[in-house]
Amino acid sequence: MSFDKFGQVSFTSQTKVGAFVEYLDKGELRATYCQECGRTFFPPRADCSWCLSSNMEWVKIEDGGKLVSFTKVNYGPTGFESDVPYVLALVDFNGVKVFGRINKEVPEEQITVGMTVKAETVTLANEQLSYIFNPA
Amino acid sequence: MPNDVAIIGVGQSAFVRNYEGSIRELAFEAYSEAMKDAGITNNDVDASMICSAPEYDQQRSPSSLIAEYLGLNPQPTFAIETVCSSSTTGIRVAYSLIKSGLHDVVVVLGFQKMSEISSADSQERMGRGADIMWESPFGTMMPANYAMHARAHFARYGSTEKDLALIRLKAAKYGALNEKAVYRKGLDLDQCLNADVVASPLKRFDCCANADGSSCLILASADKAKEISKKPVWIRGLGSATASLTMSGRDALDGLNCARVAAKQAYDMAGLSPQDIDVAEVHDCFTIAELMAYENLGFAEPGKGVELIQNGETYIGGKIPVNVDGGLLSKGHPIGATGGSQTRTIVLQLRGEAGDIQVPGAEIGLVHNIGGVGVYGNVIILGR
Repeated sequence: MSFDKFGQVSFTSQTKVGAFVEYLDKGELRATYCQECGRTFFPPRADCSWCLSSNMEWVKIEDGGKLVSFTKVNYGPTGFESDVPYVLALVDFNGVKVFGRINKEVPEEQITVGMTVKAETVTLANEQLSYIFNPA
Repeated sequence: MPNDVAIIGVGQSAFVRNYEGSIRELAFEAYSEAMKDAGITNNDVDASMICSAPEYDQQRSPSSLIAEYLGLNPQPTFAIETVCSSSTTGIRVAYSLIKSGLHDVVVVLGFQKMSEISSADSQERMGRGADIMWESPFGTMMPANYAMHARAHFARYGSTEKDLALIRLKAAKYGALNEKAVYRKGLDLDQCLNADVVASPLKRFDCCANADGSSCLILASADKAKEISKKPVWIRGLGSATASLTMSGRDALDGLNCARVAAKQAYDMAGLSPQDIDVAEVHDCFTIAELMAYENLGFAEPGKGVELIQNGETYIGGKIPVNVDGGLLSKGHPIGATGGSQTRTIVLQLRGEAGDIQVPGAEIGLVHNIGGVGVYGNVIILGR
């Protein structure tokens, strides 16, 4: 499966970490883990800039992240016009930070920095694969 | 304090909504002002640094065209780009070229004609300003990523939307005094707080004004500066740093680490501390960016930046006047021209030539110029 299956709008199709979308298709959100130095990476990367190894494996991201920050976006870039408003968010899963969106169903007033959220994989209306944050 | 490289000429075009001319003519406006200010002509120049964000240019490799139009062939020229901080990166490169002894006089020309491309094209490029594999697919925008910084700052320190509005009111007050500013209308608190939400909690007037404009600085070696300039302003300290493009790569969102690191380098090089700064220009592309700058530059302890604006300490007459030319918020933000314009304001302040916005007796000034959402950070300290 090509990487351009990922996201509301995709900008690129080729990467060595294309397996990310295959895990999304199986309902799993995964990061990469360097088997040489033991660091975990999100966004997933094919190469470790610390020990220069490319010996990576895919690891699951733990449930129960903490919301670092969020914003409700009312004006989107090209390709997202019909999508607004949406809530962008950064979530810290025990040191591994993941950028994404909070489920549209959650009213902005109920979203607070520090709240616990979980990541769930989703198939979007345009058949693209992604993940979304929901209150835990 | 270093005494090796001076700024001997400054120029800036008016910052306007739709410039009625080509990029070469726009560049010429700032260039001619700076060259006349320095009292030199094209034969005195050894090299030119042409600074712009190329996604806005229709012209490919614009440095070639600009150098030709400014009469700077056959001297070397090249493009310098770190998005919104391109022209202070140009200063850093020019400083190095002069300090190395390779050149004596270097032109740093920044420009952007943001109206060169359509609004739709601009929106399309905006979406690709983040990591296109991992963050752009969610619909990122510059205002959204700064808004996430604002929300994180609010949550950690209790700062509010009203504090941000106070920063905008200061920009509006001084923008009205700046005949080169794009936004010269006054604003009141209700207008700021009731404006359209762009990306919560940032509203329309928390965002800077897009503009077309150019800036130009002439840098010279100590010997050259003493020979040809009656009013050199010296580069005392330079700092430059980066942070991750991805938001997920940041330790925290309640400040900009690239600014902290660059500021420490600049203060150390100059042998100065935040208390020594008489006047500052900071990168207020959004109101939250100015609030974070107060803290990241050491003008206030982390979380105490709001006290500076609440108590009027960043106005002329306060402890540390900041952006008294209207800042990016009111003067406008033509990407590649911004850092040069900020530097020009400080040079005029230190020469005592700032007119209505003069900070009395200013001797040491600071420029803080950020590229992207805290990706590239440049801090420059200038002195008489």
